[in-house]
Parts: sequence; C-alpha cells; structure tokens
Amino acid sequence: MTSLWPRIEPLLAKVQKPARYIGCEDGAQMPVHHPGKVSWLLLYPDAYEVGLPNQGLQILYEILNERGDSVAERAYSPWVDLEALLRRERVPLFSVDTHRAAGDFDVLAFNLSAELVYTNVLNCIDLAGVPVRAAHRDESHPLIAAGGHCTYNPEPLADFVDFFVIGDGEEAVGEISRVVRAWKVSGRTPGSRQAVLRELAGVAGVYVPSMYDVAYDGERLVAVTPRYADVPEVVHKRTVADLAEWPYPKSQLVPLTEVVHDRLNVEVFRGCTRGCRFCQAGMITRPVRERPASQVRTMVSEGLKRTGYDEVSLTSLSSADFSGIEGVVGDVIGDPANCGQVSLSLPSLRVDAFTVGLAAQIQQVRRTGLTFAPEGGTWRIRKVINKLIREEDLYGAIDAAFSQGWRRVKLYFLIGVPTETDEDVAGIAELAARCAELGRSHGGKASVTASVGGFVPKPQTPFQWARQDAVRELQHKVGLLRDATRRARGVQLRWHDPKATLAEGIASRGDRRIGRVIEAVWRRGGVFQEWSEHFDLTLWEEEMGAAGLSIDWYVHRERSLDEALPWDHISAGLHKDFLWQDWQDALREATVEDCRWTPCYDCGVCTGYGIEHLVASTTPPAGGSQGTGQDLGTGGVVPVTLGPSKAAVPA
Amino acid sequence: MRLRLRFAKAGKVRWTSHRDVARMWERAFRRTRVPLAYTAGFTPRPKISFGLALPTGHESVAEYLDVELTIAGGLDIEATVGQLSDALPVGVEATGGVVLDPGAGSLQEEVTSCTWTMQVPGVALTGVQELVAAALATDSLVVTRTRKGREVTDDLRQALVSATAVGSAEGSVVTCELLTQPRGVRPTELLAALDPALEPGRVCRTHQWIERGGARYEPLDAPLLAPQALARIAGAG
Repeated sequence: MTSLWPRIEPLLAKVQKPARYIGCEDGAQMPVHHPGKVSWLLLYPDAYEVGLPNQGLQILYEILNERGDSVAERAYSPWVDLEALLRRERVPLFSVDTHRAAGDFDVLAFNLSAELVYTNVLNCIDLAGVPVRAAHRDESHPLIAAGGHCTYNPEPLADFVDFFVIGDGEEAVGEISRVVRAWKVSGRTPGSRQAVLRELAGVAGVYVPSMYDVAYDGERLVAVTPRYADVPEVVHKRTVADLAEWPYPKSQLVPLTEVVHDRLNVEVFRGCTRGCRFCQAGMITRPVRERPASQVRTMVSEGLKRTGYDEVSLTSLSSADFSGIEGVVGDVIGDPANCGQVSLSLPSLRVDAFTVGLAAQIQQVRRTGLTFAPEGGTWRIRKVINKLIREEDLYGAIDAAFSQGWRRVKLYFLIGVPTETDEDVAGIAELAARCAELGRSHGGKASVTASVGGFVPKPQTPFQWARQDAVRELQHKVGLLRDATRRARGVQLRWHDPKATLAEGIASRGDRRIGRVIEAVWRRGGVFQEWSEHFDLTLWEEEMGAAGLSIDWYVHRERSLDEALPWDHISAGLHKDFLWQDWQDALREATVEDCRWTPCYDCGVCTGYGIEHLVASTTPPAGGSQGTGQDLGTGGVVPVTLGPSKAAVPA
Repeated sequence: MRLRLRFAKAGKVRWTSHRDVARMWERAFRRTRVPLAYTAGFTPRPKISFGLALPTGHESVAEYLDVELTIAGGLDIEATVGQLSDALPVGVEATGGVVLDPGAGSLQEEVTSCTWTMQVPGVALTGVQELVAAALATDSLVVTRTRKGREVTDDLRQALVSATAVGSAEGSVVTCELLTQPRGVRPTELLAALDPALEPGRVCRTHQWIERGGARYEPLDAPLLAPQALARIAGAG
C-alpha cells in the first residue's frame, strides 16, 4: 500500500496547524506491514494536540509494535478545515506514521476517554471509507474496536463498534491479535466476519455487541443477553496485576508541535480507592497497583535523558498517595544526571499541608499555580460524595501555599451532585472567598479561581442511579455563584457550560437506542462536541425528539434498584449491592475510608479477581488524609483564626 | 559565552512553526547537555534568540540562532554541532557554529535581506521571466493583505532587490532577494504581486544577508559542517 503523503501534502498549506498531520515525533515508529501481521490503527477521536499525549494509546502502540504478529500506527481526528479538504479531494483518513489509508488496516481501535467524542468516532469511520454501522460491513472492511473508560457503558456505540475491550489493554491486545491474525492469513473469506467476531467474543474482556439481543418493555430496558451459549453473559474487565511487568511507554512520543501535557509522563500507579462516589475512574480501575519506586526513578531519568524534556509528571489518579512519594520526588529533583533544571507536576486528590510541602519541593524552579479539588463547598456535601477533606486541612493547605510564596490557587468544584442545596452551592463561594482572604493575610495579592463543573452521573459508580440536574438547575446554581463571587475580592469564577453537561449525560448513561441520536447528530455536522466553538445542544435535543426518546427519562430521572441498567452485562468487578449500599450511604451522609490502608469493605474487585492492592506502604501517609485515620467529627469546623467572610455574603 | 549556530529545516518538518522549532532546539540542547544560561525569575527561560521567523511550510538552509552558555570556553564546536544535529528531529539539522564576539549585534537587528528560491510548478519559464522582468522594470508593486483583521496596502517594489527565473516549459524556479526591513517581505507575497493566480510550490530560504559598510556578509562565516545532515535532509521527503 502506498503512502498518501503526496496527496496530503498539497492540502497542508491551506490548513491551521499543519504539523498535526506530519508524524515525525521522536519515538514514532515506521512499521513494516506484512500479510502475516495484524495491522492496528490506534485512533484518538479528537484533535492531535489532545490525543497525542494519551498514555493508554502510546502503551498499546509500543506493545503491538514489539510483538512479532502485529504492527500499529496512529491517527487523530482531522480538524474541520482538513476534513473539508479531504472530502473534497476524496483523500481518506490516514495514519500519521506512514500516511497509510485507514481503510487498509485490519483493526481501527478507538480510545474513548470522553463521551462527547462519540460523533467524532463515527466521522473517523466514515472518513476511513468504512460503513459507520457494524451491520453494513463485510470482510473487506477493517474491524472497528474501542477501549478506554467510556466502554464501561458501551451501549450508545454498540451499533457502530464491532468489539469493545473492557479494562487494561496490555494483555488483551495480544490475545486479540492472535485471533485477528488467523482471520487475516486465512484470507478473510466470505462470511468469515461473523466467525472472527464470535471468536473474539470468547476472549476475556472483549464485548461484541452484535452477539447480544436487547429486550425492551416499552421505554424500559429488560435485558441485554447473549445470543449464543459460548458468548459470556457478563463481560468482566481485564486488569494487569503488576505494573512492574509493563514499564511502558518506554519511548514516550515527543511531539514536534504544541500539545496538552507536553512533558514526560510516568505512571506511578493505577487504580484508586479514595472512594469518591462521583468518580468513575476511581471505581473502575481498582485495585491500587503501585509501580516499584526504583522503576519509577529509572523511567524518569531515562525518559528525561532521551526526550530532553524539562518537566516530568508522575501520573496516577492521586500521586501524593504513592508510597514514599517524598523520596521519589527528592530523587527526581536532586538527580544531577538530569540535564539542567527539571520541574515536576503531581496530580493529587489530597488537600493538606503535606501536599503543599511536596509542591514547594517540586516547584523550586517554576512556581506556577497550585490546584486543589475540594469538589464540595460544605462538609455535608463532601460527606455525600465521600470527598473527605476537612475544613481544617483545606485551610491548612491554603495557608501553607500562600505562606510559601504562591499567589495563585485554583479550586475545583462539582455542582449538581445528589442532595445538593443552594446552601451547599453558596458554600463554594464562601470557601473561595475565605481562601483569598487567608491568602491576603500573608501580604500582597492573592488570587483564587473557583472552577465549577456540572456533575454527570457515571455508570459503574454509586451515583449511577442518581438523577442529573437539568440545565436550568445548573444555570441557577452558576447564577448563585456569580452573584456571590461578584464582589468577593481576589475570587474568579469559571464554569463549564451546563448545556455540554446535558449532552454528556445523554451519552453517558444511554442505552443502545441512543446510537440513532449520535448518528443523526453526526450526520448533521455535529463533530468536535468537546469544543465549545463546535458544540451545539440543539442538535442533541432535536434528535432525541426525532428518535422519540425522552431526555428527562434518560438523564433527569432517579433510577431504582430493580431496574435493568444498560451496562449490567459489563463488570468492573464491583458488586452491584456494594454500589447500591454506597449510594444509600451517600444519601445519609455516611462515609467510607480508603481500603488500601484500612480493612476491606468488600466492593468485590480484589476478591473477584483474586488480586490485591499492590502498595509498598500499608500505613496511611503521615498526618492521615482525607478521612483515613482522622477524626471526622471536626470535619466541618472552620479554624478559629479565620474571621467571618464579609465578601462571600451577598448584600 | 555566546554561540551562533546555523541550521537547515526541510522535509515534512517544514510544516512545524517557528515556535515549534524553538522548542525542538531547547530539547536538543538539554539532550546534548550543552550548558544553557537561563533568565532569572519565576519562569526561567533559556537564553536563545532566533532570527527572522521562517514561515510555516517554507524550507531553509540558512536559519540561525544565538545561544548563551554558562561556560566561558573550551567547547568543541564541530563536535557539538554534530551532536545537536543528531538530537534534533530529522529535517532540522545543525550545519555550523561560531563563538560570537561579546559586542555582536542580534540577528533580528542585523539581517537586512534574504535570498529565496521558489518553485512555480506548471508555469512555463518564458511566462515567469516576463513577469519578473516587468516587476523589476516598474516603480511600484502594490499588494493588499489582511493584518489583524484589517486590509493593509503595501508597496513591495522597494523590498525587491533582485529576481531571476530558471526552468523549462513544465515549471519554473524564481530566485529573489527581498529586504527584511522595515518588515520581512515573504516570497509568496511577491508571487501574488506578480500574478495572484500563481500557486507557489516549495519555497526555500537560501541566504540571510547583513549589509555593513557597503559590503554583504552572512551571519555566520563558517564552513558547512556535518554534510551528512544535508544528506539526511535530501531523504526527509
């Protein structure tokens, strides 16, 4: 197959950011395709600068290219300007590595990190010259696959994707390659597409939606059941037991042009047991599996040497929880072998003085801003969502930050979580104003940004039964916050568009019928829905109506325990009765501790998979944190050193 | 000490921007452990200054940058240039370097003109030669361009120092010298002024010139190092 480059290149002079399409990154591979090797095209269905840094995609890219029976290349959604030219000139979607036509690959595998990219998935399939509906494909077409967090409810894309891979992909891609290779070398004979899909349905963690029947009783979903005896009733996620065996990516891609997270990223652990009830990532990636500290050090020092980056991020869902994090941070900062000055970033859920101490250590070079995620404005709502940050710890963190020279602090909050009252919302403004006041007490300016997002209940979490706030409710809450912060000195308010929150809600907990809506929105040009300049809620509302589906029923309705959920046949290992119990606990403001340091409360994952938390330290971090080893009775007590915040009280 | 380095940019990597190239250099310096000097303050930046921006999509064999190091001397420049070229992406290749005199002016101030070659595919040489001759014979070459959302009219004639064309019946190549001050005129602007219907093919900056005391100099008077780098460019597509 020849490279499409000679046809692509003349178009590049006419588009924005042409470097998105050239490949050539340090770490890029130019694999040699072969009739005996399965060719994978790994697609991130968003703009290059968003997709390139994705670690999951890069890990699989390396693993598949290391194997003897497969090769892998990458592609991203072409921006709308290039898409128009590709369609006009009849040039198909292409890989950025060797600029090979997407339709020439055996498998097109999508990374699904967010629901609003679903229309881009359909667009990519179409640009590849492949029928968007799985039922219309034959042996001449590639297999369409998808993985990533959104696949824990695969139903909205079930009509378009041939198979989903649930959970960690490191091991599964090898097993899938073996099956697809046999299909390829046997010449993809007529009728064999069904056979290879049936065989894939037998691979652990693989869900083939066309092998399942969906039964409805009027509006209600009755069940999703396998059509054949050899197809599993429930597809269980894959979990890599030991990250030490998977030190990937070994050659992280270094892009030539600007991307998000443009730095060295080293994953220090996977999974999180903080138990925040709104957090899908924390629920579906259990248990906690730490990478050995020595391997982290090696990956950092070798990565810096190879890439020339001056910034490294230790990634996980909450890196300050990594056992012995202080030692690792000290080693990275102090290593004379690292060329020049290195700064470090550390995404963390912890909000306490300990975290700020770490930050002071790592931001010696470049003191940018500090970000904390209290998520809730009052202690009561934080108990509901199980984000157990005491007022004392929060103000301790803020105080430490400003006393150590930071002038800007960013706070993340959710609005629209279950049981939320206007008082809880007002608490956000009050808390932000107090933080600014505390900052000013250290002299000089203090800037506090409160960033507010609308809550979308996610599958496989305790809040999967909850009703989502309507757009007008979220707008009312944003309005309250705007009023309350307008005259609050040093407080800036930012908020996510409630309309986008609604569209995300439709796609998050939809069933297979939502597929028609996604297809219709795409056909009307609704791509790049993650981008505010392209997002259009009216497309979603009109197409829900045209399909005879009720937004209220799908999004704004509390679901009951006896109701079949569209994702009941997909398992993250969490017992449904654990999730229900946790939901009931939320409603009565009861909390749970982090089970990596406290006794098991049997969520079902470790026992179900016969694996355990892999943590170097079995005691909680110094000072206790977020409810573990702490006296929660004082959780809502505001430290007496703070005066009443006049700024937060609307006149 | 301050170094002036010369480099080329060609092949697929020509679609990267001026800012992208700056980042590539920063990473290459760190990978080769060249001891960069940094600015002071909360966000230290390495002290690297680039000359005139090369438009995205254009190639060049005459790019320059000045960089300040924390060491006073003792650097094997030839070896360093080779290592840097290896550490840079394929298509961005270091081709020479010298130690700058302490009082040397900046590239931005000193460079007065550039020489470019520009392919004009599909247009016969005779036609292009006529256009070039007419442009040189006229007193004004007015073009309109959009700048910050407003239409601006400019006369390019004063910026056009020289122009010639070579080629065949299938296509032509224009070589021209354009002034960089008061603003850097792009060769594609010249082409549009000759005939708005013409579409440029590949464009390459071949020289940057400093005029001083009636004589012309290139910013770096050093032999072309690392010829293997240029061979790599030839293969960079």
